Amino acid sequence: MSNAAFKTRLIALVRKETRQMLRDRSNLLVGLILPVVLILLFGYGLSFDVKNAPIAVVMESNSAAAREAVSGLAGSRYLVPVEVTSMAEADALLRAGKADAIVRVPIDFAEQQARGNAQVQLILNGIDSTTATSLEAYINGAIGTVALRRMDRGKSGAGSTGSIVLAQRIWFNEAGISTWYLVPGLVALIMTLVGAFLTSMLIAREWERGTLEALFVTPVRPLELVLAKIAPYLLIGLLDLAMCILAARILFQVPIRGSLLAILITSIAYLVVSLLMGLFISGVTRNQFAASQMALLTSFMPAMMLSGFVFDLRNVPFAVKVASQIVPATHFMGVIKTLFLAGTDWAMVAKGCVIMLGYALLLLALTWRTVRKRLD
Amino acid sequence: MNDTPPSVVIKALSKTFDGPDGKPFQAIDGISLSIPPGTLAAVVGPDGAGKTTLMRMMAGLLRPDGGRLHVLGIDLAEDAQEVQNRISYMPQRFGLYEDLSVQENLDLYADLHGVPADVRVERFSRLLAMTDLAHFTDRPAGKLSGGMKQKLGLACTLVRVPDLLLLDEPSVGVDPLSRRDLWEIIEQLIESDGLSVIVSTAYMDEAERCDHVFVMNRGMLLADGTPDELKAGARGLTHVVSPDDGVPARDLQARMIDAPELVVDAVPSGGQVRFICQPGCNEAALKALLHDCDCQPREEELEDAFMLLLHQHDDGHGDASSPPPLASQAPAVATNGNGDGPVIVVRDLVRRFGDFTAVANTSFEVKRGEIFGLLGPNGAGKTTTFRMLCGLLPATSGELLVAGVNLRNARAAARARIGYVAQKFSLYSNLSVYENLDFFGGAYGLRGKERRDRVNEIIRQFDLDPDVHSGNLPLGYKQRLAMAAGLLHQPEILFLDEPTSGIDPLARRAFWRTITALSQSGVTVVVTTHFMEEAEYCDRIAIQDAGRLLALGTPRGVRERSGIVSGHMNEAFIAIVEKARAAEAEGQEAA
Repeated sequence: MSNAAFKTRLIALVRKETRQMLRDRSNLLVGLILPVVLILLFGYGLSFDVKNAPIAVVMESNSAAAREAVSGLAGSRYLVPVEVTSMAEADALLRAGKADAIVRVPIDFAEQQARGNAQVQLILNGIDSTTATSLEAYINGAIGTVALRRMDRGKSGAGSTGSIVLAQRIWFNEAGISTWYLVPGLVALIMTLVGAFLTSMLIAREWERGTLEALFVTPVRPLELVLAKIAPYLLIGLLDLAMCILAARILFQVPIRGSLLAILITSIAYLVVSLLMGLFISGVTRNQFAASQMALLTSFMPAMMLSGFVFDLRNVPFAVKVASQIVPATHFMGVIKTLFLAGTDWAMVAKGCVIMLGYALLLLALTWRTVRKRLD
Repeated sequence: MNDTPPSVVIKALSKTFDGPDGKPFQAIDGISLSIPPGTLAAVVGPDGAGKTTLMRMMAGLLRPDGGRLHVLGIDLAEDAQEVQNRISYMPQRFGLYEDLSVQENLDLYADLHGVPADVRVERFSRLLAMTDLAHFTDRPAGKLSGGMKQKLGLACTLVRVPDLLLLDEPSVGVDPLSRRDLWEIIEQLIESDGLSVIVSTAYMDEAERCDHVFVMNRGMLLADGTPDELKAGARGLTHVVSPDDGVPARDLQARMIDAPELVVDAVPSGGQVRFICQPGCNEAALKALLHDCDCQPREEELEDAFMLLLHQHDDGHGDASSPPPLASQAPAVATNGNGDGPVIVVRDLVRRFGDFTAVANTSFEVKRGEIFGLLGPNGAGKTTTFRMLCGLLPATSGELLVAGVNLRNARAAARARIGYVAQKFSLYSNLSVYENLDFFGGAYGLRGKERRDRVNEIIRQFDLDPDVHSGNLPLGYKQRLAMAAGLLHQPEILFLDEPTSGIDPLARRAFWRTITALSQSGVTVVVTTHFMEEAEYCDRIAIQDAGRLLALGTPRGVRERSGIVSGHMNEAFIAIVEKARAAEAEGQEAA
């Protein structure tokens, strides 16, 4: 058949899909309103940062050296030191949830410091391990800063020789603000939602309403059906991408250190994979309810749990690691976080895009088969 | 052009599916046929005969398991797309895009078929005029009535002139008026465009309009020929008998159905019984069966030949086509007899949904032991009226007495005395027959031994297998089970909503035989149906259209009022609805 006929049919189908999309309110709700809700929720509501955490400080020694050692705690905007006189008192505060950590300065702190091996005890509440880890870093930092200062001062004098102090510095997300790594990840999450969830309805709905049967017995080709279904949702996805980038920049002051072009290319590549994933699920299940459940379970949940969006993939068991590598979102997540926070690593972008292209071709072939104009 | 290949050539075609019980099911069983170009051919057969499977295979949507299939001279196994480029196909449920407007649906199909813009303008205006949709081009397809949707579906299939048109049961579930309109459109287009058409249908009056008819049953081709050739098969066997005064025609009909060695088929019609006798049957025995009533030969019709073929083919298959033993032994039904007064009284019944009046000022009464039929086109208000009678939907205003109980304030009390069989199979498919009945017995408040006895009794009466999973039953048996469940608590009134839609004609006869027996035992039966000929089984019928009651009375009385005394009930029905619609239009103009 001629090229012109292909074009006429494709345009007719795209027009039809677009009209259907625009007339279905629930579609627009999921496609445009839900991403806004997610951005606000993850940006403002969900934060692993610790702010104003109460710390019980047990001052067993009241020496000047001891006072100086903990003085850094008061200077931190993440911590609120509460001075107590006994360990028992601190213990009670921790158990009551009124303190998140205990810093104990032993009675012989001054003598120890003079000998050069001063120790401060830190007890953390491990029930909330994420907060505990953050607190550890903050408290270490606060006490370490003081030690560094002391060291500087004492360079000429004696006393501090032999003690090694770790000088730590966080790169790329200097302040350790969690929105900085959550929001770029959110791009991946929203692309998955718009892609897989919305399109999972499309072919299944046509099976349920019996519209495909009539459509099959026309000159229409399976590929035209698939391409036409992707087009309008690609547009919605791009709108969402723009929203995410603007929100990241304006609302959350997330730096965009990589090239905007690279972000755009990889996001579109991932969006296409997501859309095809949804269409494939839709074509296989032929049932809207089953399709939406499947889409949620096989794309949205893995994108949330397995992609490294929140949980670090280096610390997971081998089997989970393998599973996470199968999830397309994992590969996109790494690239998009790097692009936002670190800068453009073109080799990484290229690798990501090649992987996406592979997925896209595989899913396109599979989806094609589900609409190959047969009922059996 | 004399070298035009035949529209369809089929050789030893077969197709097997997996049945609901996991066993393979032969949908098409070695069919061979050939259809010359330029003909209007019909594929007729009861539900489940394989008509839809055959149509889908001709459209290239199903791959045959065996045999060959050429459409327009093209082997479908080699180039299905080329066939799909040239034919048009209207599936049974034409998939209109309900959120697109009438015009947008038409445009979509015109684009897909590559209809040039100048041809399109002329074609669209003609199709819209024929389908009466010209005023509704902006309306979403989902907001059209059932008949209009079907016409739009036909228009979408005919956006261009195809080399072959396949119509799969275009009139199923469509009311008689829309059905007539559809056929007028098809015939006009055949005349003007010289279309080749293959239509599948369960209606014999539609098959009678065709050049060539193929009769199918259980995946096999039983016979084919022109309508006249087929009719010849029933020549000399068709008669009509008038019962004695005062005897309902259906009682005589029931007696005749119960004598299959003498009578192939019998249906009540206009107070008489039309029947087909067995070829070479014992005339003396037949005379005795008829109690010497006046019996006249009548001209054979395609329907007669069809029923004869089906009966001959089905002999030996024990589907739901033989009535359950219930027919011969009247079941014990509690008749808390309070005389012969009406058991249902409906006065000035109104039901509105927002500003839409679904049922307007309807009044009628149903007497004890009557079979009362509610008839009407789609959207006439049948289902709404029915739901109010069963206490499933409160009335907006009016009086509603069922079994002596006012439904306005004592719905639960009324419900205990009625049985309801919904149109859709509403029993649990993954429970066995016994488990379903046991559950419904419990739901009706039967307990312990009483429940067990009652369930066993009804299983015996309806000749059911208690251990079969309900979902695996054939449709006729499912319907029988649903009815058994509705009768567990021995109700005074049984409500049946479209009980025979989707069942084949033989099972339908058996089903009505059961209803007749029930009514003889004193149960009042209220039934809705879109098979107009089934109105003949009723004592009285009510015809509804657009929420209003147009006619009420005995089938014969209603016929007389319509002016069409002989012939099919269908025509009487169309006449009544049209007369009322014309009067309405006149009234609006006058106002």
